Amino acid sequence: MSRTEDAVMSKLTLKTEGETHIVVTRRFAAKPESVYRAHTDPALLQRWLLGPEGWTMPVCISEARPGGKIRYEWTHEKRGSFYLTGEYLELEPYRRIVHVERMHLPDPTPDNTVETRFEADGDGTLMTIRMMLPDAETRRQMLSTGMEHGMEASYVRLEGLL
Amino acid sequence: MPNLDAAFSALSDPTRRAILARLALGEATVMELAKPFEMSQPAVSRHLKVLESAGLIVRRAEGTRRPCRLARPGIATIDAWLDRLRGALETNYDRLDVVLAEAAHETKSETNSENGGTNR
Repeated sequence: MSRTEDAVMSKLTLKTEGETHIVVTRRFAAKPESVYRAHTDPALLQRWLLGPEGWTMPVCISEARPGGKIRYEWTHEKRGSFYLTGEYLELEPYRRIVHVERMHLPDPTPDNTVETRFEADGDGTLMTIRMMLPDAETRRQMLSTGMEHGMEASYVRLEGLL
Repeated sequence: MPNLDAAFSALSDPTRRAILARLALGEATVMELAKPFEMSQPAVSRHLKVLESAGLIVRRAEGTRRPCRLARPGIATIDAWLDRLRGALETNYDRLDVVLAEAAHETKSETNSENGGTNR
């Protein structure tokens, strides 16, 4: 595969669905099993779910079973720390995860329900994340911390619009 | 400084997003904007008022006409915010690409050594 095709394949898309949902898609050059594991195995999550440069995740709890707990703690040398808690609601191994999460900044943001799907796409995987839009207050808090990690996303695809 | 919450609230409406898309092509009057949307001029005016108070468009007087255009600072504020979010996602997934490539490599070497074992 050429470099250009590679770049197109892995391009992130981000768009709204109705008034309250946001949908993110991304392709990976690995099988759904591997991408699914990378989203549930704490040791793997700690290697990539880190947001902007400089942040690490010293604590990662991910009990991948319905009702299982999620707790991610991030820290930055200069910008302090914060954490996220959540619960797994549904897991269909290698295909689909539904979980709820909230950030603690330190006050908790409203619960955000996220569905993540993994579909075989040639030799790779097409991942589709569907989540609720954060409300205005959540956005304000996220902006004021200046920290946005992987599961928090945005709203309108201005790229194509403007 | 444009208000980000007002801006996102203004953008939550598909008609207003379409109006912005039209204005991205250049200045337009209420009448010109009303035409493609099959909306009454008062209805378009209401949307324009929301966009204006959110700092996303500006209007100038030209005789009796009040053409609208995009307000660059308001658009830039939203762009910057979205870019940061998009950037954080892209940074994460680029990192995940590396993690997945390393995992694939490890699996491959394991398989190879297993094969080596059978061949011996």
